[in-house]
Amino acid sequence: MRTLESTAVLGYRPRASPLHAAAGPVVAAYGAALATCALLLEDPLLLGALLLAVVLAAVAAGVWRELARASRRALVPLLALTVIVNVIVSRGGLTVFARLGDWGPLGEVDLTVQAVIYGLVFSLRLFVVSLACLLIVCAADPDELLVAMRRVSPRSALTVALTTRLVGVLGSDSRRLAEAQRCRPDGGARGARARLAILRATVSGALERSLDVAAVLEMRGYGSAGRRAAQGSRGPRSRHDIAFAVCAGGLLLVGILALLGGAGAFRAYPLVSMSHGPATLVAAGALLALALAPFLQRRGIAR
Amino acid sequence: MSVLCFEHASYSYPHARVPALDDVSVAIEAGEFCVLAGLSGSGKSTLLRAAAGLVPHFHGGSFAGRVSVCGLDTREHGPSDIGRLAGTLLQDPETQVVMSTVRAELALAVQSLGQPPAAVARAVEEAALALGIAELLERPTDELSGGELQRVALAAALVSRPRLVLLDEPTSQLDPVAGDELIWQLRRLNQESDTAVLLIEHRLERCLAAADRVLAMADGRLVCDRDPRGFLEWAATAQPALQTPAARLLGAAGLAPPPSGVKQARATLRRQGLLEEVVGQPRGELGARGAPKRRASAGGLRRRRDADPTVLQMQDVWHELRGGRTILAGLGLTLRAGETVALMGRNGAGKSTLLRHAAGLLDATRGRVRRDGRVGLLLQSPGDYFLHERVEQEASAAALATVGLQALGSRHPRDLSGGQRQRLALAIVIDGDRAPATLALDEPTRGMDRAAKQELAAWLHRRAAAGTAVIVATHDVEFAAELAQRVVLLAGGRVIADGSTAEILAGGWYFATETARILDGAGGALLPEQGAAVLRSRRDGAGRGIRLAVGP
Repeated sequence: MRTLESTAVLGYRPRASPLHAAAGPVVAAYGAALATCALLLEDPLLLGALLLAVVLAAVAAGVWRELARASRRALVPLLALTVIVNVIVSRGGLTVFARLGDWGPLGEVDLTVQAVIYGLVFSLRLFVVSLACLLIVCAADPDELLVAMRRVSPRSALTVALTTRLVGVLGSDSRRLAEAQRCRPDGGARGARARLAILRATVSGALERSLDVAAVLEMRGYGSAGRRAAQGSRGPRSRHDIAFAVCAGGLLLVGILALLGGAGAFRAYPLVSMSHGPATLVAAGALLALALAPFLQRRGIAR
Repeated sequence: MSVLCFEHASYSYPHARVPALDDVSVAIEAGEFCVLAGLSGSGKSTLLRAAAGLVPHFHGGSFAGRVSVCGLDTREHGPSDIGRLAGTLLQDPETQVVMSTVRAELALAVQSLGQPPAAVARAVEEAALALGIAELLERPTDELSGGELQRVALAAALVSRPRLVLLDEPTSQLDPVAGDELIWQLRRLNQESDTAVLLIEHRLERCLAAADRVLAMADGRLVCDRDPRGFLEWAATAQPALQTPAARLLGAAGLAPPPSGVKQARATLRRQGLLEEVVGQPRGELGARGAPKRRASAGGLRRRRDADPTVLQMQDVWHELRGGRTILAGLGLTLRAGETVALMGRNGAGKSTLLRHAAGLLDATRGRVRRDGRVGLLLQSPGDYFLHERVEQEASAAALATVGLQALGSRHPRDLSGGQRQRLALAIVIDGDRAPATLALDEPTRGMDRAAKQELAAWLHRRAAAGTAVIVATHDVEFAAELAQRVVLLAGGRVIADGSTAEILAGGWYFATETARILDGAGGALLPEQGAAVLRSRRDGAGRGIRLAVGP
């Protein structure tokens, strides 16, 4: 069925979950801690633990469907491409499983098992970082984030507020433009050319729209009020804020300790080598436990 | 000290040859309710933007003279400083809302003043209650309808309890009920908290009764500054297009003074013995005594319906959203060639969805839509149809000639006036080998002055005369009366009334023209000229002014 409302947009929606009950900046810190751990660590077991942690956190927060949809549409194709490109351009591996001959500018292309494994691990890392960011997008209240940001940098916060609002405005502009094109006698142009025309029309109206949004932000005193105004709005910290903030700190600590302690040392080239000692297993368990512990605090959360 | 003071203010937009404001001097005092009137392009919105400090800070251009808000000079203080004293609501509600939830939106202005959380929470609750949007507080702003967005944006402008409120067509997206409610909410705010209001509105009949003073602009100059009655007297000779239907009715009947609303008009008619009031009979039944004319028109309509071929048939059409909400609930509608139909109802009644189904943009959850020929749909924003750099690239020469834009082929579509944009969008919709059998228009008169509305109505009449069925979703009762033979009233996704325009628009409170409300729908008169004819016939029938009858 063709309906306007079927256009699902990835974004924050208030939900009954411990993560949604935490303040926006705390949720952002929690998601950032998960992403940072994924960037610090490259062992597949630890990355797997982090992936499981993010997925279970998304399930517990009730946003897994949104994350899965976004992954299916954008992340998985991108990650598959990453693996393919790595396999084609990598020269470090020793175990060749296919020789593709001379590829002109790329020279002799030999596909190696090590390149495949490194590509997969790198994609896994990218996947965890992306999912953690999507978790922030779906669970952190952007208004609370902006208010918090005003304390740190009012001008940057103004820019971010303008941008976040403009994304929504331009999104609805492009949907309306697309609908209007369907009202043309020939049903409007189709395919890439039509999309390009709509994109061009949307962008050409963006300056006008951004001026309007900026004018409103300015008239509401957003830009000039700055630090002092934002401080007035600082609210009390809830137990969810404290739980997620503590766990975010814990995650970072475990990640740094695992990195410094050499837990889960992983090397892909020239031959794959991994060592999964007790330290790696402890680190994986700690990451998983810390990421999920705050969700046990469900008292007062409506089901 | 005046809350708003313009002293010889002149302003030109960048690269503009003509000034948008030309030596404007005016002062608005605390507690005044001022309406700012004028035709499209007269400089009303620019004046409002100058009062909000957006001109010249946001728009650049050249500025001369002085504008002050509660003593703050707008040359030295930008929109942020002015925003602490004056709440502003601009035309497009979609860009007036900047946060992701309604509660955060209302809180923003108070937080910017550095208020503690308790004060913010209280201000938000009070503003939401005052504007009747308490149930929307937790809703995401990107899920709100146009009417809801407008009310939220207004609440956001009022939440910090400003001393001056600047409003640019705040009722443009609201149905007649919500529009009237909003004007009276503003009046209450004005009376109970001494807040000065400067309100731009094209449908003056909606707000003159609430106003203390009316300012009128033409070509960037302030050409009238009087009380509502004085303004109407001035408009009768200087700017007839700004007259309200009530003033036109009494003017055409040779009666004075011009009334600012229904109550004053009826008082004048009562004094003149031209008001029919029957003791013991409710007002709603009085219109029935104009029956001969109404029956005739309804009969004419029936004959036409039977004779002309059906171009659109909607049978038991349902439109249900995934969440379970029902937009259309078993709706049935038949449209015949050459018919002109106005689709009316409150915000959210399902008008726009019905038109989208008619044009095939949506598929029904249940039910069937049969079209005999193409349905050309003009959506609410004509600018959405434009993709090219020149007018002549958007539609064929023949289509441009049909809408009278053949001389403007080399212009950029976005440089056209509001009325011209509308006509260009119509040219795009009617273009092609097959002319549409049905033309559907969604709120085409938003932001239009009376002259532009009349022009549009005349053009649509010509299309209908050529055999095209015309269906228009509109909140503008006066436009519906001028255009349509038939009115379909929707509520909750169902048709609740379907009949001749005289039948539907003569008998209600909200969905009735001002003329019909003054004359209680007598003679099926909807427009001032028809009403004046009724009054003249009453005057000619001497001694029949006030008829008193004993109830049954």
